[in-house]
Amino acid sequence: MTQAQLAQGTSPLLAVRDVSVVFGGIIALNGVSFDMRKGQILGLIGPNGAGKTTLFNCLSRLYQPSSGDILMEGVSILSRPPHRIAEIGIGRTFQNVALFPNLTVMDNVRVGAHSKTSSDIISDSLRLAWVRRSETEVNKKVQEILAYLKLEDVAHTVVSGLPFGTQKRVELARALAADPKILLLDEPAGGLNHEEVYVLGDLIRRIRDDRHMTVLLVEHHMGLVMSIADHVVALNFGKKLAEGTPAQVQADPDVIKAYLGSKDQ
Amino acid sequence: MSAAEEVVEGHQAVEAVPKRAMTLGTGTSLVVLAALLIAPVFVKNFIIFQMTMLLIYGLAVLALNILTGGSGQFSLGQSAFYAVGAYTTAVLMEHFNVNYALTLPIAGIVCFGFGFLFGQPALRLSGVYLALATFALATAMPQLLKLNFLEHWTGGVQGLVVTKPDAPFGLPMSQDMWLYYFTLVVVIAIYIFSVNLLRSRSGRAFMAIRDNEIAASAMGVDVALYKTLAFGVSAAITGIAGSLGAIAVQFVAPDSYTITLAISLFLGMVVGGVGWLPGSIVGAAFIIFVPNIAEGISKGLSGAVFGVLLFLVIYLVPHGARQVAILGQQLAGKLRKN
Repeated sequence: MTQAQLAQGTSPLLAVRDVSVVFGGIIALNGVSFDMRKGQILGLIGPNGAGKTTLFNCLSRLYQPSSGDILMEGVSILSRPPHRIAEIGIGRTFQNVALFPNLTVMDNVRVGAHSKTSSDIISDSLRLAWVRRSETEVNKKVQEILAYLKLEDVAHTVVSGLPFGTQKRVELARALAADPKILLLDEPAGGLNHEEVYVLGDLIRRIRDDRHMTVLLVEHHMGLVMSIADHVVALNFGKKLAEGTPAQVQADPDVIKAYLGSKDQ
Repeated sequence: MSAAEEVVEGHQAVEAVPKRAMTLGTGTSLVVLAALLIAPVFVKNFIIFQMTMLLIYGLAVLALNILTGGSGQFSLGQSAFYAVGAYTTAVLMEHFNVNYALTLPIAGIVCFGFGFLFGQPALRLSGVYLALATFALATAMPQLLKLNFLEHWTGGVQGLVVTKPDAPFGLPMSQDMWLYYFTLVVVIAIYIFSVNLLRSRSGRAFMAIRDNEIAASAMGVDVALYKTLAFGVSAAITGIAGSLGAIAVQFVAPDSYTITLAISLFLGMVVGGVGWLPGSIVGAAFIIFVPNIAEGISKGLSGAVFGVLLFLVIYLVPHGARQVAILGQQLAGKLRKN
């Protein structure tokens, strides 16, 4: 599979190479490899405990793989601390929404642009001209994103009081503020109702098309993954079970067994 | 698309928390400023001295507010930074004849370094554990200042006497009044810088860390750096307050800067409203005047009376002066409608 794609001449945007993670005696991930190509929506699926979130946390550098490598545009990301992942174009959202609850929607999204800007405490305290210019630019960008995600009406509202679905969009807006090349979405459909999931799928596709992003979607909701992903990787017990188009993965006997269960599950 | 809009609109019908301002409106600010400018003309020197102390403590509470309200880190060690600032000024003025105004930025820089360094081990602690570590700092400081080998500079237990500066350019003004206006200018400048800071990219990084460290880090915020920076900034401002305090009181001694001072400042922050910068001055007024009021009510039981008053404040307005301000605003809004 990988070799066939390499033969096509396009190098992957993100490459997961033989990644293993061991916690104590438990092997959470066991030699997982796959590639993400530019503009792809890659769905990462698997039953509970399959290692999806572990892999996700390796990508955002919260976990250090025991072996293997993760390459972004051909360069390993494993020597970077977590706060220096955003600057190379990897943005993320969190499983149960991890916003800054006491800040307004606008300020949440502005923090999202942190990695794109620079400042120091002296210039910030004195509001020097270059700081003001940079803030104006950030504000313009944030306004554009809020409009894109239909969040203008709540721009000055503190996020803790907003409904869950809106908070999820704020989180998406915050991730977009850094202009990521890859957007990592950790169970974006969690806690949403049927209609909201449908809207979300539409939105993710729109973001990919309008903003030229590549999306890694870690998701439980099969319907969502199968309807929007171009490529699906299925994990179970820390190992890659199957990889391919949604249809291929859906028809894979191992995947069916993992989901519907065999006798011992 | 209609589905999307329905979902969106359905959500917005729910009333969410409105934005809470961090500062006063322009109008209110100007009124407060005018009052602070004019008041000394009408009162005695002792009252002017008390007003100076009010501003100084206000500044120290503001510094704690940046640390706790801004970056979410607790500190019961602010008295240590205050002491370092006060001693820096006293030593520079008395041993090296440095101009009092010049000692302020020096004290600020020294305390920034001190706070930044202290912030490094503090990174591993949070919540009550951090409070305890800073508590240890506050307890140690008076003893460090009494150390024998420092005695030549610090005056040991005796402390140092600081000369009060005269008004410059032959201005017809008492020393107290000059010092008041000098302090006022410094405090206003630092207040403006602090508001700017909290509204800036750095301030948002502080608050992001306060609200969710992991998410802040995922957004590219260097959590360790900004946490120690917050400690440094808070220590620098507290140190400048300490410098001003040394000049105003004309005396520094180790036992003026015990844990009691740190707890008072903490109290001032809570009473003023955590995270609300203008509340700092209200909190300072509370810690300066309420003990006196308590003493007026009962000399023997002043501590108990103070406790009761404090309890009442916390019970009635748990969010401090900020809550009173919000209530006042709502009331004014209603009156205007009628």
